[in-house]
Amino acid sequence: MFYALLCYHQEDIVCAWTKEEDDAVMQKLAVVQERLVKAGKLGPVARLLPTTAATTLRKDQDPALVLDGPFAETKEQLLGFYLLDCADLEEALAIARELGAANPGGSYEIRPVGLFHDGGARP
Amino acid sequence: MDEARWIGTTLTAARPQAVAALLRYFRDLDLAEEAFQEACLRALKTWPQNGPPRDAAAWLIFVGRNVALDTVRRQAKQTGLPPEEAFSDTEDTEAEIAERMDGSHYRDDVLRLLFICCHPELPTTQQIALALRIVSGLSVRQIARAFLISEAAMEQRITRAKARIARAEVPFEAPGAVERSERLGIVAAMIYLVFNEGYSAAGDTSAAREPLCDEAIRLARLLLRLFPAEPEIMGLTALMLLQHARTAARFDADGAVVLLDQQDRGRWNQPMIAEGLALLDKAMRHRRPGPYQVQAAIAALHARATRPEDTDWGQIDLLYGTLEIMQPSPVVTLNRAVAISKLRGPEAALAMVEPLGDKLSGYFHYHGLRGALLMQLGRKKEAREGFMAAIGLATTPAEAAHIRTHLDALK
Repeated sequence: MFYALLCYHQEDIVCAWTKEEDDAVMQKLAVVQERLVKAGKLGPVARLLPTTAATTLRKDQDPALVLDGPFAETKEQLLGFYLLDCADLEEALAIARELGAANPGGSYEIRPVGLFHDGGARP
Repeated sequence: MDEARWIGTTLTAARPQAVAALLRYFRDLDLAEEAFQEACLRALKTWPQNGPPRDAAAWLIFVGRNVALDTVRRQAKQTGLPPEEAFSDTEDTEAEIAERMDGSHYRDDVLRLLFICCHPELPTTQQIALALRIVSGLSVRQIARAFLISEAAMEQRITRAKARIARAEVPFEAPGAVERSERLGIVAAMIYLVFNEGYSAAGDTSAAREPLCDEAIRLARLLLRLFPAEPEIMGLTALMLLQHARTAARFDADGAVVLLDQQDRGRWNQPMIAEGLALLDKAMRHRRPGPYQVQAAIAALHARATRPEDTDWGQIDLLYGTLEIMQPSPVVTLNRAVAISKLRGPEAALAMVEPLGDKLSGYFHYHGLRGALLMQLGRKKEAREGFMAAIGLATTPAEAAHIRTHLDALK
């Protein structure tokens, strides 16, 4: 089963990390990720820029409305995601716990993937 | 990240919102700050035991408000004043506070706090000091070090600023649309000044001053969350990100200046550049250009060039031309002359620079650029005179060292 691991955290806290703190978190995450790659369990991973860089297209009206900022104002923001190939939810949760140990706070939403198509484009 | 550090970061992140809400309750900067400090102390004691609260800001506001109310009640008993009626919303519970922070209160509170720090009656030096102390939460010592003055002098600067605000009887109601847009401009200018204090630092002072750049970007993001559709605030944030992205490449191992076309572009911070470009892209969709957007667009053209020779100087020249119209200043013309020198050679650039002498005779970069153009034209004696004038006006050892390398090359 493919799972999306959606990472939520308060971005004002994450943006307040010093470069050293940020580097330390990324380094810890890299260790887990490397192991997942070796095990063939890791799909695409993305870290998103702050929500201030986001734009929202509201298409519940015609013509659709372009709005600056994220879709919803929430206490915790979607800051990134992983795609994981796991046997079951237990395994996905175990990986989430392991990744989560890199830094306190925030939440991971573990969401099974219905359809996945690797379009091939790379940044 | 260990728990103590995480708590520290959480307190820093919650600070603007919490202090701003406490200011709404108590209408007194000192009291709001003390209440926040006390709440932080209690957080450091109880969070490690009970775990951090889900909404740190609401927790800090709730605890801080109760602490300060106790203080005020105690004082009232001694002085016989009935103070409580002066405060709003004294019956709130933590949950109510948390709920309300989602709405417009948060926006108005933080905005009020920023506006108070940028009160038009305060000179900019006091605005900056106050914003860094109250909004960012830097210690007086940190701010004093960044501005190269004594701690006592900085303490005095902040105390004066607070006294002036108290005298000015700042209105606590949210300002109207026109006033808000004017004040927004002042807040943006203050943030850019904070950034430049950090950005212009070099050599032995950079360690103390560089955090000012991060702080300014944090303040700009805060402002942008309050005004997500203001193109100039996007432009300001983009400008600072694009400039700050070059930090690691701006000085060599000895602390000497490395000019833009000699910088190792591999050391530029790519995520910062990506964020800056994304913000500028968003801003331009609004078709309401302004000086920050134009300057960000110039910085973006540098950021987009993988090699110095890929730089689109023609476009940069056009943008400086736009900036000259928006914000006429001899410094802008001086910068434009750099683009002209790349496009049409040193002679054309020098013709543009010479007439600025009256206004810029006390400006380091005027003499530096003039010297460099004269050197390119082989007019060695005049070039040397230009560099000598520049060296006398250098404000950092790194600037002086950079000019000295030119003087050595002329020998």
